[in-house]
Amino acid sequence: MAAPTSIADDLLDTPESPAPDAPHPDLALVARAKAGDTAAFEQLVKQYERQIFRTALHITQNREDAEDITQDVFFKAFQKLDQFQGNSKFSTWLVRIAVNESLMRLRKRKTQRTVSMDQDVETEEGAIPRDFAEWRPNPEQNYSQAELAEILRKTIAGLPPGFRTVFTLRDIENLSTEETAEALGLSVPAVKSRLLRARLQLRERLSRYFRKGSEGTAEAMRLNK
Amino acid sequence: MNCTEFLAKLTDYFDGQIDPDLLAEVKQHLCSCHHCEVVVDTTRKTIDIYRGHEHYDLPDDVATRLRSAIMERCKCGCDETKAAKTPEPTKSRH
Repeated sequence: MAAPTSIADDLLDTPESPAPDAPHPDLALVARAKAGDTAAFEQLVKQYERQIFRTALHITQNREDAEDITQDVFFKAFQKLDQFQGNSKFSTWLVRIAVNESLMRLRKRKTQRTVSMDQDVETEEGAIPRDFAEWRPNPEQNYSQAELAEILRKTIAGLPPGFRTVFTLRDIENLSTEETAEALGLSVPAVKSRLLRARLQLRERLSRYFRKGSEGTAEAMRLNK
Repeated sequence: MNCTEFLAKLTDYFDGQIDPDLLAEVKQHLCSCHHCEVVVDTTRKTIDIYRGHEHYDLPDDVATRLRSAIMERCKCGCDETKAAKTPEPTKSRH
């Protein structure tokens, strides 16, 4: 097994990161949009529509909801542009709106239950690793793209919304821990705690498919349905 | 450092937010504990696999349609476009 190394370098360099100390290019577009330039706002929509859609879809697990939420997020952002002061990234501000809209949508869908960032996070499942099996090298290559997509979708959908959202923002959308905390209205320690448990729960569940010595791909999928 | 103490530092370790003295302790523990070594390796693979797969794509035509609807709503400042698209707002989506 290779010597452990940090993955921080991967996480820190996001494509949208401007040079240190330089004003983020979004700020100029926001200023123009505030002045009534809808083309500038459309540019911002184009830049972030996919991120907002993915975030909404990860939380709601419903494409139609995610499309509606994407519309609502940008419409609300446009209406409330004056409230954006530039203290955070514009994208983080959008993500926070998207998270709130998505959780509201989940609440409407599950009228008997309260849905919030705190839902189900008290579970002890996955807090302590139980599976110590090594995985096959490049384990995802044992599955077709469609099979792998189904495994990943089903596995992350099984997480409580509070864990799923933290994992999505931090590990899939590459927000920093601080940005994730800001977008979710959580403390940094709370984000770190939930992220650890989300990662460990996903690892534990994926291990059923990827561990050395597991059955053939079709058999493994059948057993884990 | 034991396994519980190691686990408490795992997020900081993955995120490269760990001070050098503690990092040395973490690495020493990993050299002596196969279980934790497996947890680190498979958790890293979990993150890499999710990050490497675009499983929630937004097709270009859908993105264009959404953007048009968004800009129409923004320009008229109302919910008319959405209202026209979804005439049955109480419809269940289960």
